[in-house]
Amino acid sequence: MLLIPCPWCGERDETEFRYGGQAHLARPLDPHATGDAEWAEYLFMRDNPKGWFRERWNHAAGCRRWFNMVRHTVTHEIAAVYKPDDPKPELPE
Amino acid sequence: MADATLFARRRSPLQDHGAALSRGAVSGPRGVTLTEIPHLAQITLRGDPGNTDFLAAVRSALGLDLPLKANTVAAAGDVSALWLGPDEWLIAGAPDSEADLTARLNAALKDQHVSVVDVTANRTVLELAGPSARAVLEKACGLDLRPREFKAGQCAQTNLARTVGILEMTQGGAWRIYVRNSFAVYLADWLLDAMAEYAIDAKF
Repeated sequence: MLLIPCPWCGERDETEFRYGGQAHLARPLDPHATGDAEWAEYLFMRDNPKGWFRERWNHAAGCRRWFNMVRHTVTHEIAAVYKPDDPKPELPE
Repeated sequence: MADATLFARRRSPLQDHGAALSRGAVSGPRGVTLTEIPHLAQITLRGDPGNTDFLAAVRSALGLDLPLKANTVAAAGDVSALWLGPDEWLIAGAPDSEADLTARLNAALKDQHVSVVDVTANRTVLELAGPSARAVLEKACGLDLRPREFKAGQCAQTNLARTVGILEMTQGGAWRIYVRNSFAVYLADWLLDAMAEYAIDAKF
């Protein structure tokens, strides 16, 4: 099990959290002016890296806040957690 | 607010469970007791902790400073404020004080961008006390509850025996568990079962 450091509550068991997928997806500002391809890209297409990934998590059984995490998809190593409006941390090497 | 007749008829989730709770009590050096504290007034308060007007208004309404440190509790008299999130607190008070607390908060916070919601009917409170209380709770909860990590005046929302609850350690060293009404009997039975081993005299 992962021990996830919630930016507010501190380290908690993974079972207290819900996964929210890739972070930093920007919704097209005007969906009506957005073409089908671009809309589908926003709606369905996600990165699936083997390595470091910026992703969203929700502390569902705790403070119920969303935050972002940089996790390695192979080793599960957690490089950073940050609040949604914090600047993006650099990805580790 | 419910009228007086409805108020008199309200029932707490563990109202008919008193015999089981007293049967499960363990005395002595390994003692532990489980009791219900029914009908505590509870109010969810949300507002911007960066706004000094908001903090000052709450101070004037409740006589306490909202805790800004995560998972801590501030108390004044029989009113306490539990940190639930960076902009969310649970205000707990004596039974039947929810109307008064709500009115005081609403009056002090008039015209501010806040939320004051009476959630008294949402949860009941279990209190686990005695020398073995922490050992019992550790079976239900993955948090580090040792005294150096979890001190009086701290709280946490977490998974407890496969349900969720708000855990608070009182100044007296007892554990208060705020649990949803519909899970209260389940959690009480779970804890009573966890308490049973401490009643056995282990001199064999």
